[in-house]
Amino acid sequence: MHIVVCVKQVPDTKIIKINPKTNTLDRRSAPAILNPYDAHAVQEAARIKSRTGGTVTVLSMGPPQAVAVIKKSVEIGADRGYLISDRAFAGADTLATSYALSKALEKIEQESPVDLVICGKHAIDGDTGQVGPGIARRIDIPPITNVIEVSKINSDEKKIVVKRKQLNGYELIESQIPCLLTVEKEINDIGYSPMPNMIKAARYEPVIWSVADLGEVDRAQLGLKGSPTIVGKMFSPPRPEGGKKIEGEPTEQIKELMKLLEEKIDLFCFKA
Amino acid sequence: MEENRGIWVFIEVTDGKVEGVSLELLGAGRKLADKLEVPLAGVLLGHDVRKISAKVIEYGADIVYMADHAVLELYRTEAFMKAVVAMAEKYKPEIFLYGATPNGKDLASAVATDLSTGLTADTTMLDVDPEKRLLEASRPAFGGNIMATILCKKHRPQMATVRPKVMKALEPDASRKGEVIEEEIHLEESEMRTKVLQIVKETTKTANLAEAHVIVAGGKGMGDKNGFMLIHELAKTIGATVGGTRDVVEAGWLPHDQQIGQTGETVTPKIYFAIGISGAIQHVVGMKNSELIIAINKDPDAPIFDVATYGLVGDAFEIVPQLIEKFKELIKEKGGEISYV
Amino acid sequence: MSEKFDVIVVGAGPAGTSCAFVCAKNGLNVLLIERGEYPGSKNVMGGVLYRKQMEELIPEFWKEAPLERPVIEQRFWMMDKESVVQFGYKGLEWGQEPYNNFTVLRAQFDQWFARKAVETGALLINETVVTECIVENGKVIGVRTDRPDGEVYADVVVLADGVNSLLGKQLGFHKEFRPDEVALTVMEVVNLPKEKINDRFNLEENQGCTVEIFGDSTKGNLGTAFLYTNKDSLNIGVGTTLSSMIKAKLKPYDLLDYLKTHPMVKPYLEGGESAEYLAHLIPEGGYRSVPKVAGNGVVVVGDAAQLVNAIHREGSNMAMSSGKMAAEAIIEAKKDDNYSEASLNRYKDALYGSFIMKDLEKYKDAAHIFEKHPQYLRDYVPMMNRAASKFFTVDGTSKREKQKEVLKSVTDERGTFKVLKDIYRAWKAVK
Ligand SMILES: Cc1cc2nc3c(=O)[nH]c(=O)nc-3n(C[C@H](O)[C@H](O)[C@H](O)COP(=O)(O)OP(=O)(O)OC[C@H]3O[C@@H](n4cnc5c(N)ncnc54)[C@H](O)[C@@H]3O)c2cc1C
Ligand SMILES: Cc1cc2nc3c(=O)[nH]c(=O)nc-3n(C[C@H](O)[C@H](O)[C@H](O)COP(=O)(O)OP(=O)(O)OC[C@H]3O[C@@H](n4cnc5c(N)ncnc54)[C@H](O)[C@@H]3O)c2cc1C
Ligand SMILES: Nc1ncnc2c1ncn2[C@@H]1O[C@H](COP(=O)(O)O)[C@@H](O)[C@H]1O
Repeated sequence: MHIVVCVKQVPDTKIIKINPKTNTLDRRSAPAILNPYDAHAVQEAARIKSRTGGTVTVLSMGPPQAVAVIKKSVEIGADRGYLISDRAFAGADTLATSYALSKALEKIEQESPVDLVICGKHAIDGDTGQVGPGIARRIDIPPITNVIEVSKINSDEKKIVVKRKQLNGYELIESQIPCLLTVEKEINDIGYSPMPNMIKAARYEPVIWSVADLGEVDRAQLGLKGSPTIVGKMFSPPRPEGGKKIEGEPTEQIKELMKLLEEKIDLFCFKA
Repeated sequence: MEENRGIWVFIEVTDGKVEGVSLELLGAGRKLADKLEVPLAGVLLGHDVRKISAKVIEYGADIVYMADHAVLELYRTEAFMKAVVAMAEKYKPEIFLYGATPNGKDLASAVATDLSTGLTADTTMLDVDPEKRLLEASRPAFGGNIMATILCKKHRPQMATVRPKVMKALEPDASRKGEVIEEEIHLEESEMRTKVLQIVKETTKTANLAEAHVIVAGGKGMGDKNGFMLIHELAKTIGATVGGTRDVVEAGWLPHDQQIGQTGETVTPKIYFAIGISGAIQHVVGMKNSELIIAINKDPDAPIFDVATYGLVGDAFEIVPQLIEKFKELIKEKGGEISYV
Repeated sequence: MSEKFDVIVVGAGPAGTSCAFVCAKNGLNVLLIERGEYPGSKNVMGGVLYRKQMEELIPEFWKEAPLERPVIEQRFWMMDKESVVQFGYKGLEWGQEPYNNFTVLRAQFDQWFARKAVETGALLINETVVTECIVENGKVIGVRTDRPDGEVYADVVVLADGVNSLLGKQLGFHKEFRPDEVALTVMEVVNLPKEKINDRFNLEENQGCTVEIFGDSTKGNLGTAFLYTNKDSLNIGVGTTLSSMIKAKLKPYDLLDYLKTHPMVKPYLEGGESAEYLAHLIPEGGYRSVPKVAGNGVVVVGDAAQLVNAIHREGSNMAMSSGKMAAEAIIEAKKDDNYSEASLNRYKDALYGSFIMKDLEKYKDAAHIFEKHPQYLRDYVPMMNRAASKFFTVDGTSKREKQKEVLKSVTDERGTFKVLKDIYRAWKAVK
């Protein structure tokens, strides 16, 4: 099995700070990390490899410092990694990102055919979850999103069975290989990487490709130029109207609260 | 681009029923359509879905584009994507909205790639500029700290997935008239590379903190581990996830991974109950972006009230039991249970 | 099966990183192991980085290191409840190359410094705790970490694991602290716009100021507080020895809150936003607490060897120098492939011959004296404030009379003889 995992470097949105005046990101406040869902994707690839044998390759698009997430992936269990990094990729939205990554995948495929592509459910900086299905369309393999378990994998018959998370429960889906999975965090627990992996990762020098290395590429589909969406204005989220204090007898207070909640009842989901 | 006209909404059907988010989108789409003076259409795919088209019209659509086919019985990206892309290429809508559900997001991503157009994910506010005919899709960015408006100026259709429960559905109106256009589609089961083997319904387990829609958090004000059980009880009643302050975690009333705040989890649920929590800044930074904050504290000057949407001043041990009763009544009234995805 | 390195360095603080840097630069195969998410992630320092020792490792480091501000002014405050006596020095020459010292944020500085070590060839592994040294036949031959397959071997293990050095304790080099040998310091980083900082501290662009605060900052207990300027934040912190904290039943965070709301301090922080809280121990034992620093296959550097000058708040510089000296000793040892204690004692000799041990020896009684005689901070600081108030209040008495009055009030309060004795003792301790 040759499994390719797409991994992205993202600012840690848990600690990110926004300058309230300019509505811009305080970069200093946000360390760059491996997108948490992608860590699970790498872990799952390593687990599949331990069952079927093979190679786990990671692929990332980003600035030069994104080699850090490839090294991190090697810690988790990847064998090797490629970073595509070029000014021409800058400013890409999900459409342009999936284009660039699919081109890199084609190049990787030339060296060794790819059986499975795994992405995270979404990247925590953009929260879109669009890149995975986008890649699948471009290289024409079926996407299966929101996977919570790889139940069966048969590399001889080229078949895989996975659980896909749904609104109320899950679906069991069978697919041909190659296919593309996007994974949820539930799919596995990230183990504590063994020391030899750590040493290997510390030494590992990822391969960096520029646009020119990718072969035939339509530059008009890359980066800002290739991105149909643009960010218009940024603004602070409307704050809850706030500050209504309800005093008095508990029974009365509750009555009033329930009345107020009545208007917000759509925040609760009632199921018949 | 000039030829693209009309607003489309993808109608998601599960077990023969339209998902709430699709009805909400018909409501939102209606407004956009009226502003642009174009028709609103629902895109209805499935097997034996004919009878549902009436409902789509009742909720605001002028047109229903329908594809009824055995291959579309259950959602599969490839089948749905092919049908939708064929329709969009034929009728050329200018705006196309999907619910931000697992299926809606999956489908929209694939369709956008094939149509080479822009797609905005997880939108929570929608508007349109009638002059430029530009969809203004706004969404939280960077972990909900900020809102960004995303535009797609040069490609059509302009597409967005929209979060469930943020738009309002219209009151259904059975007298509304609309047109149902049935599309021939050419799909063969044998060409499908994926198969749904089984669908398993699960009563949703309470989500983890980061993903929880409703959180009941308790603080030192609950007195002791025993008093803290009240927090668990309220959470259980309304299907919420339990969280707490660092003091509570340090006291051993809650495991560490349920601590909210600077050194714990950052959460952005729809509703956050802060009970017996003073509202120290280290706690508040972890929960202040919740949509609705309800605080219960006996100290009227507790800083938690500065961030609370509604603040109940009083003794948690008097208020919470009554609150639990009230919710139980409400749930009975609605006939069922509360759950969040 | 496991790899063997020339050197394993435990801890990527200033001491460990210096050592790794110098070893790697001289072609040794170095593994640097850090338990934090990245070097500096959990490290704490008031924030003054001394130029000299850093420059010896990386000339003109100020051109690329993430520094906050060059310090051009040092202030000292003797603070009472509602007053303060101040003195200090400000010199523009400190604002120019080669500078004197800098304020830094450790989370950034340590990360950068470690990256330099990696660039010279050291291997860095984060998020890994060294749980023990592997000892064979009385010789340290490697370390065990908390990771699966976690053993790694080396000719020399460098313990740079900071003040609490569990590894040093395990080897029996280092004893459990007495409460008077360590200070617990808590600090906060308070974000404040650059312009406000410049205004409040009377600074220009790229000029920094440090304020050391004595007296009421610790409610009169043995310890000090500090307030340092970063680019667009302030570091404020306070620490006292554990023993005084226990004696006075102080809670460290309460003390910090007290300081932050103190009328003399509060105006500087007004409108700031707390960005981070940190707490850390500082070794205060000085000369007498320095453990054994070299053994068979092992050396101890930096805080782990208790190399801090508490009086002058110097630590990172001693850490760096000791790391460098240890590296030099290891490089020598490698030449004759002899890593015995006797061979590694080259490091000990270098250390004892350097400014580090000389400085520590000079102040060896200071902390002890202050600990034993709390009157220095508890009584004399308020006394100084009362004296200054009397002296500067314009009320019709002549200055000469005022001086007499001031002196009298001081001696009245503690008795002439006692005062003289105190002054002599203090002078002896820090001379
Ligand atoms: C470096 C650092 C990091 C920290 N990180 C975190 C963090 O990540 N998360 C966090 O939560 N804290 C954190 N803290 C601790 C934080 O500062 C507060 O101490 C803590 O949040 C207070 O917890 P509390 O509100 O439960 O308790 P308290 O502050 O003791 O508040 C209890 C409240 O309950 C009310 N009360 C009492 N009895 C009743 C009753 N019967 N009915 C109703 N109300 C009642 C009281 O009026 C009071 O307001 C951190 C602190 C530091 C220094
Ligand atoms: C509040 C405060 C203010 C200070 N102000 C100043 C100042 O202004 N100027 C100054 O020069 N000095 C100052 N000091 C002292 C200075 O911080 C220290 O002397 C210096 O950091 C010592 O460096 P070190 O490398 O020995 O130890 P540390 O900086 O403590 O580094 C030790 C490293 O080892 C790691 N580690 C520990 N155990 C293990 C393990 N088992 N496995 C793996 N990794 C481990 C730690 O994570 C850490 O990164 C201050 C100290 C404090 C606490
Ligand atoms: N720049 C990128 N490089 C590599 N993989 C990416 C990149 N952007 C997105 N991905 C992959 O696509 C998934 C979904 O990302 P997104 O659509 O941006 O939410 C991520 O979890 C990654 O697996």
